[in-house]
Amino acid sequence: MRRGFAPWTDPAARPLVRFEAVTKRFGGALAVDALDLAIFEGEFFALLGPSGCGKTTLLRMLAGFETPDEGAVRLGADDIARVPPYRRPVNMMFQSYALFPHLTVAGNVAFGLKQDGLPSAKIAARVAEMLALVRLEGMEGRKPHQLSGGQRQRVALARSLAKRPRVLLLDEPLAALDKKLREETQFELMDLQKRLGTTFVIVTHDQEEAMTVAHRIGVMDRGRLVQVATPQQLYEEPASRWVAGFIGDVNLIDGTVIAIDAGGIAIEGTGGRRFRVAAAGPAVTSGQRVAVALRPEKLRIAAEKPQGVGDNCVAGRVGDIAYLGDISLYKIRLDDGAVITASRANASRSIDRAIGWDDEVWLTWTADAGVLLTS
Amino acid sequence: MPRNRTVGGWSARLVLWAPYLWLLLFFFVPFLIVLKISLSQTAIALPPYLPTLDLAAGWNGIRSFVGGLGLDSYRTLLSDDIYALSYLKSLEVAFVSTAILLLIGYPIAYGMARAPGRLQNVLVMLIILPFWTSFLIRVYAWINILQADGLLNRVLLAVGLIHAPVAWLASDTAIYIGVVYSYLPFMVLPLYATLEKMDDTLLEAAADLGAPRWKAFWQITVPLSLPGIGAGALLCFIPITGEFVIPDLLGGSDTLMIGQTLWTEFFSNKDWPVASAIAVVLLLLLVAPIAIYQNLQMKNVER
Repeated sequence: MRRGFAPWTDPAARPLVRFEAVTKRFGGALAVDALDLAIFEGEFFALLGPSGCGKTTLLRMLAGFETPDEGAVRLGADDIARVPPYRRPVNMMFQSYALFPHLTVAGNVAFGLKQDGLPSAKIAARVAEMLALVRLEGMEGRKPHQLSGGQRQRVALARSLAKRPRVLLLDEPLAALDKKLREETQFELMDLQKRLGTTFVIVTHDQEEAMTVAHRIGVMDRGRLVQVATPQQLYEEPASRWVAGFIGDVNLIDGTVIAIDAGGIAIEGTGGRRFRVAAAGPAVTSGQRVAVALRPEKLRIAAEKPQGVGDNCVAGRVGDIAYLGDISLYKIRLDDGAVITASRANASRSIDRAIGWDDEVWLTWTADAGVLLTS
Repeated sequence: MPRNRTVGGWSARLVLWAPYLWLLLFFFVPFLIVLKISLSQTAIALPPYLPTLDLAAGWNGIRSFVGGLGLDSYRTLLSDDIYALSYLKSLEVAFVSTAILLLIGYPIAYGMARAPGRLQNVLVMLIILPFWTSFLIRVYAWINILQADGLLNRVLLAVGLIHAPVAWLASDTAIYIGVVYSYLPFMVLPLYATLEKMDDTLLEAAADLGAPRWKAFWQITVPLSLPGIGAGALLCFIPITGEFVIPDLLGGSDTLMIGQTLWTEFFSNKDWPVASAIAVVLLLLLVAPIAIYQNLQMKNVER
């Protein structure tokens, strides 16, 4: 990610793509619900959400395959909502790649250039340039069925970039690749985006993929954007319980605000347990029902009762331990039956026997580890 | 286990050989019989040709049989233009009809393939539906429609498009109407089968890359439906070339297709050898398009 690249924080910056109160229905079902979104020039933007959340519909409206029922889709200053796909300076890489089976690799990459009526020498030069970009030199004459999945993916990428689109749309571009290749390709995509400076909009249901490649992520649920933020903000400052639960693992503790003072916000949870959260989150009033989101890696596990840690300390018993290699997950059962997950990095190769099944342990965390959620 | 493999090998081999066995029994052997008759001479006898193979006479029988064979029938085919003209007329009718069938059949198949799923099944049924009525009855029905006081003339007169009945029957037009009507399902079904399989995302990709619908149609849909076009064209072209019933019932006396010529030689002239020679030459004429199609199919497999 480019250091200091954050046009969304600059009020003077003009977005390249803008959705303005866009609504799309299929039959009676609302796919996209009065949605607003601004994407900036040079940004790598990810649309993330569970299947059926409307993210693909949003992408297809940008490509021109769907027309919004209400609202405007702007590219620069123009409303392109009703411009047919073949007249938009936007190209898409399809989830299935949609390579033309009767054309060679070169024929596929050249297809868009031919539609523009470019002279054949220029087309040939551009095709060679694109194939070099995706490292497919020497494959010009192959047909799609003679290529591996990874190679096909690269042909699709080269084809969609050949016309130098102002925005490249990627619909689950890596979903068909196996895990290892997918991770490699994520870094290649980031690298490519940085080199070309083209605005990329990717649709994915894979949060790791979105967090790896994107500058900003728009999290969608039931046709609405529930949060648009950088990966770090999304993880550390989720806007709602739903986002906190959707991105990564989280412990949610319900409670009521009992005091707001210089030391932060005091919360009373079930069973009279008290917590303290730094006052960085949303404004709350005394007596309000809230939840505290705690990421497993922010919790410290101790075998002995720690001294002088104040409010954020609970006791429990180890119910389960999951050894995952890099980390281990501990399921700690509190005396009221609630289960809290804590993780520990396995920094040493010898298995840590200090904490085992059924041991009594204490969980502690700092006041700024918890995130206060009001919705 | 090895025993099992042998059994598997046997049955696999049988399955592999079944089509060849079928072709041998029902195509190659009858063809040899026809070929043999075409090399014989007409005779007032039963069967009406000579020589016949007399195996009881032993070696001499076989020798006199082989000695009796000759190319006389084929010389006859060359001696009179009527044969060449019949072949040409048949090829012309087959070629023009296939072209018309493609022009009519492609849009129908395309429309069917783009129709919503449940409607597609209904449409396929409708295409097959005419087969429930005998082919002969359907051709006779066309006589009724096309005759001087038939349905077509009455409608055209009533609408005022014509002022006197048109003689549709006994003309090339009637042959084309009958042929196109009868063979349409054989063109539509293979086309529909290939078009229906086509991935719509490819058209979206073409549109995304700047191709309006008509360009995407020519650059994507048509090339990808070539196997269907080939299959449909062959399924129509080959039987139309040898068509007898339609030209005989709907055509005029001046139109002579090879099927009618063959019929005349066989039934009117009782000249079995010449009739057989006509059939052999027809077969050779039709092997050419099949070979071309096979070649195309091989190229398809390659890609």
